[in-house]
Amino acid sequence: MAFDYGKYIRPGKLPHIWCPGCSYGIVFKSLLRAVDAQGLDPDDIALVSGIGCASRLPGYVDFNTLHTTHGRALAFATGLKMAKPDKHVLVVSGDGDATAIGGNHFIHACRRNIDITLLVFNNFIYGMTGGQYSPSTQPGRFASTMPYGNVDFAFDIPALATGAGATFVARGTAYHAAALDKLIVDAMRHRGFSVVDIVNACPTTYGRRNKFKSPTDMLLWMKDAFVPAAAYAKLSPDEAAGKFPMGVLHRVDGKPEFCEAYYGMVERLKS
Amino acid sequence: MTRVKLLQGNEACAEGALYAGCNFFAGYPITPSTEVAEHLARKLPRSGGVFLQMEDEIAAMAAVIGGSLAGCKALTATSGPGFSLKQENLGFAMLTEIPCVVVDVMRGGPSTGVPTGPGQSDIMQCRWGTHGDHPSICLTPAYVEEIFSETVRAFNLSEKYRTPVIVAFDEVVGHMRERIEIPEPGAIPLVGRPRPTCPPSEYLPYDDSRGDVPPMANFFEGYRYHVTGLNHGPDGFPVNASPRIHTDELRLLRKVEGNRGDIVRFAEHRLEDAEVAVFAYGICGRSAKTAVDQARSEGIRAGLFRPLTVWPFPEEQVAALSGRVRRIVVPELSLGQIVLEVDRCAKGRCAVEGIHRVDGDPITPAQILARIREAL
Amino acid sequence: MTKGRQAEKVEEWENAKVRIRVVPRYCKGCEICVKLCPVRALGMERFKSKVADIDKCILCMQCEMRCPDFAISVERKEEAP
Repeated sequence: MAFDYGKYIRPGKLPHIWCPGCSYGIVFKSLLRAVDAQGLDPDDIALVSGIGCASRLPGYVDFNTLHTTHGRALAFATGLKMAKPDKHVLVVSGDGDATAIGGNHFIHACRRNIDITLLVFNNFIYGMTGGQYSPSTQPGRFASTMPYGNVDFAFDIPALATGAGATFVARGTAYHAAALDKLIVDAMRHRGFSVVDIVNACPTTYGRRNKFKSPTDMLLWMKDAFVPAAAYAKLSPDEAAGKFPMGVLHRVDGKPEFCEAYYGMVERLKS
Repeated sequence: MTRVKLLQGNEACAEGALYAGCNFFAGYPITPSTEVAEHLARKLPRSGGVFLQMEDEIAAMAAVIGGSLAGCKALTATSGPGFSLKQENLGFAMLTEIPCVVVDVMRGGPSTGVPTGPGQSDIMQCRWGTHGDHPSICLTPAYVEEIFSETVRAFNLSEKYRTPVIVAFDEVVGHMRERIEIPEPGAIPLVGRPRPTCPPSEYLPYDDSRGDVPPMANFFEGYRYHVTGLNHGPDGFPVNASPRIHTDELRLLRKVEGNRGDIVRFAEHRLEDAEVAVFAYGICGRSAKTAVDQARSEGIRAGLFRPLTVWPFPEEQVAALSGRVRRIVVPELSLGQIVLEVDRCAKGRCAVEGIHRVDGDPITPAQILARIREAL
Repeated sequence: MTKGRQAEKVEEWENAKVRIRVVPRYCKGCEICVKLCPVRALGMERFKSKVADIDKCILCMQCEMRCPDFAISVERKEEAP
């Protein structure tokens, strides 16, 4: 039977707001499949977002959904999670929302290792506002605020998360959608802060400025440029040029999770 | 037997929050409010409540809203610089109608200013700090005991009207220690947010068909709904250009402006036959009380109007007062902010004059007495 | 497929092996499904996706997997006993 996305989508909300060819819908479907695969009760899930194209996603989903202010989704989510530690708190956030204005909350959520899953919808651009460059836009690429080619530098989001203390860090892409289901499931099942940097395609404000003739070309670029981590490690420097590792890139299982540490303290104080 | 304690103002704020049922605090260290956080850092874990020190004040305000949305009674405390950082999320809580209490222990000056000195120059920010039209409730205690009771009142008003409530007091009142009688549990009735009675399938989070304050379901209780900072309809989903936005914003304002009788509190001292009135809150309210008593001993008919609620501003009361006295003196630890409201409400019926001091020290009774004498 | 208020108009193609549905109102004409279908079973008509030749379909599910708009779904029909 074809997967019934209708089970999770709020009636009458489709067609969604994202542009023709925007890959967010592909990743959105992967997220729904991942939630379904875990058999979670929608009552127990909070889906939090900030501001931007990706941040409109919660409105479509029949969970407890919270569309907050630009960059602050993780901080709102931290409040939700600390108040109800046994619930699932999931954050969707664009590359600008998560690592530019939201950068401080990003690194601290990683450091704190609170049991929240952050899905970064990384399309290398601020799409909602018309195509300005973001902290993940690669050098040389074009954007409305880098009309002569980006002379700024980009975060390696997984490395940033790893360095800040996140205990599950992965990268997926909209093209490798089936593999993404598993990454999201593993991230959500992980006890601790989990980040999945999900490479996405914005044909409208990024693709057109960067010589991608069609949305499909952007997906095919992902197919070529992203290599499973183990294989990537074996590439020679020039083979690796223009390519990036994907899959689970960093995982630590020993670090205490913040809610467990906090409520462990609460228990200790009772005795 | 009520428990009598010697408490610092900031501690009384924390105790008032606990009394009100606060079980969630998120904050960030900032003089002169940090003692509120430190007190709750000791107390909340003991009662299973959440204490969070976040990475900045923006995050603290966000976490408080998240905690409240999950069913907690949530508090944050800060001072001017942090209060400025919280404005955007404060506005989010107002539009999404999520109850929370924000304490601003006001310090001297703009910018970094005089961190260890008192100030009242945040008071307009308490009304207009965040962008866009929005209601504002701001309570202004002047005594340690009042900080306790006004913090409890702040939680009750916040839950009752589903809107953030600000408790603003200056550094002197926040740091001084005074005798306080802690009321017995239950002595002050506590209010919870209006809860839905309909089944989840019929729940509209912002349904205003039965009154200005929609019932609020907490997250994770089976009422899966959407909360957004975009203007939204009764079902919580974004609404773009529509008359609904106008009527909804009027409703948000009416929740507060339409309930002044329940929200506006003030103290009057020897105003019955006063010719000269002093309008003052916080530490200035205390100096003014002494000055009024001294003036009375010199045969001057002076009186004090001390608001415990600055927003919504006690317009009716000030308008009436301006018809009964020749002059209203307004001492403020700013270069004149609340005096503008007094003047607006007096409408020329009497003279209105400010006393301004921003050197990091409180205005003294002598300064106020001197101005009362001039008023004759 | 998706519980809309009123049932969505759905175009359907099927043969012994598979039933493919397209919801024209959801399809935004991005052509991802058409271009990524390994056997060219799909095509565009007035900026909407449609099945060009149902019998070419090998049930690889690429189109449903890649459609960003919930517009196309592929259903394997139970093998006739």
